[in-house]
Amino acid sequence: MLHATALHTYYGASHVLHGIDFRVAKGETVALMGRNGMGKSTLLKSMLGIVAPRSGKVAILGRDVTGMETSAVIRQGIAYVPEGRGMFHNLTVREHLLMAARAGTDGRRDWTYERVLETFPRLAERLDNLGTHLSGGEQQMLSIGRALMTNPQLLILDEATEGLAPLIRRDIWHVIRAIKQTGIASIIVDKNVGVLLDLADRHVILVKGEVVYDGGPETLKSDSSILERHIGL
Amino acid sequence: MDVWFFLIQLLNGVQYGLLLFLVASGLTLIFGIMGIINLAHGAFYMLGAYLAWWLAGLTGSLVAAVVLSLPLAALVGYVIEALLVRTLYKRDHLDQVLLTYGLILIFNEAQRILWGNDVHGIAMPTAVNWSVRLTETLSYPVYRVILSGICAALAVVMYVVIAKTRFGMWVRAGASNRDMVAALGINVKLLFGVVFAVGAALAGLAGAISTPISSVAPGMGDTVLILCFVVVVIGGVGSVKGAFLGAMLIGLADTFGKVFVPDFASFTVYGVMAAVLLWKPRGLFA
Ligand SMILES: Nc1ncnc2c1ncn2[C@@H]1O[C@H](COP(=O)(O)OP(=O)(O)OP(=O)(O)O)[C@@H](O)[C@H]1O
Ligand SMILES: [Mg+2]
Repeated sequence: MLHATALHTYYGASHVLHGIDFRVAKGETVALMGRNGMGKSTLLKSMLGIVAPRSGKVAILGRDVTGMETSAVIRQGIAYVPEGRGMFHNLTVREHLLMAARAGTDGRRDWTYERVLETFPRLAERLDNLGTHLSGGEQQMLSIGRALMTNPQLLILDEATEGLAPLIRRDIWHVIRAIKQTGIASIIVDKNVGVLLDLADRHVILVKGEVVYDGGPETLKSDSSILERHIGL
Repeated sequence: MDVWFFLIQLLNGVQYGLLLFLVASGLTLIFGIMGIINLAHGAFYMLGAYLAWWLAGLTGSLVAAVVLSLPLAALVGYVIEALLVRTLYKRDHLDQVLLTYGLILIFNEAQRILWGNDVHGIAMPTAVNWSVRLTETLSYPVYRVILSGICAALAVVMYVVIAKTRFGMWVRAGASNRDMVAALGINVKLLFGVVFAVGAALAGLAGAISTPISSVAPGMGDTVLILCFVVVVIGGVGSVKGAFLGAMLIGLADTFGKVFVPDFASFTVYGVMAAVLLWKPRGLFA
């Protein structure tokens, strides 16, 4: 689905990603883990062309997208739910969803306006509210709903449950599981290691811009020292 | 001073305001959405007027001239955006002002080379060269009514496009968070190019349709540019609704100022601007 090789990214003089290899198979759920500031968000942005990597390659479904515009990379079948949720202060909930609507790269429209509202009934009650007038949890639902409206094959979630109340968090995880069941691949960045161990097919741990672990949940569960060392649990 | 005279000035003010709105709406969108201070926006107004005058001479028809000048102004706008303005999005306002000021000089020079520095005018087409009689002595030219009608209709179209269509949602979203728009797979470069071209076309149209009532002359874009910046500041940067109200205020202030306080006429629009900004420092709809 997505394959990044030897990515090096800099912010000015500071070298943030040190030659990262990262891939996601079709339908696979990958957890991207690491402490604060280790480069998780930067890796996502580098793959999407939001930040330009200095060297390395990114391919999506076998097609080289290195150096392409963000919008063109995204249209290869990716949906991105950024940190901070990316609400538009002057658009209503309804407009957030309608403006994003698009058939998938395979032409399918599995995710319609109606289906997104069924998935997030709370949004259906707030259709005429402005995006920024929603609670944090509702904004997150809207950001995910808006991403689904593009009928992606790969959903990227950066800190989707950060700062949310436990009940809302549970709702969001519930939806993420349901999305996984539909066969959409995903990359999930989250602080909640417990849920990720249970949910993801594969786990990648970053330390200072390098991959220190790439494997299934079994090793992480049986050898707790890995998580202790790299995540600090 | 009778009520009819007052009414005529009111109509003139509204008509001037509507015309200003056509120019200012593009300016505010380009400023609000793309973050570009486009000093060359008035040049599109001038371009529209000169194109209309030139094409009317070639075709013998004002309608044909206006209709033809519209896509030409849009094309010039699109090319300028794609070649020059696009390089400015990530730069600061000083660079933008320098480049777009340079564009004004180029436009003015091109105008001089192509069409000379004489003042031109278009004769009012006979079909619309009559007036609506109001009283024994006062009447109102029908062309101004038509002009106001065109501007008002376009304002309604613009409102519907921006408020109701997906294109309008993208434009508004772009004003709020353009990186997120790109992250949803929408081609922001193309979107901006189209908005810039439409802005240029509207300014050009305003210039073109005003040729029968005001002269086609060098520097005509500059006055309009300054007034439109006043309109944008009053309305709130990026707000089309604000631009509409601002344009009405300035159109009326300018018209009534010239009639009632001719000694202070050049001051009235700035007086209105100062008053609005004291009340709402970021403009009416910021
Ligand atoms: N725009 C930027 N300019 C300069 N440095 C940046 C920028 N964004 C991030 N950094 C730095 O790059 C490093 C990696 O940041 P990044 O946001 O990718 O980390 P992260 O793993 O997503 O962390 P978090 O869990 O806090 O979101 C950090 O040291 C951060 O300070
Ligand atoms: Mg991050």
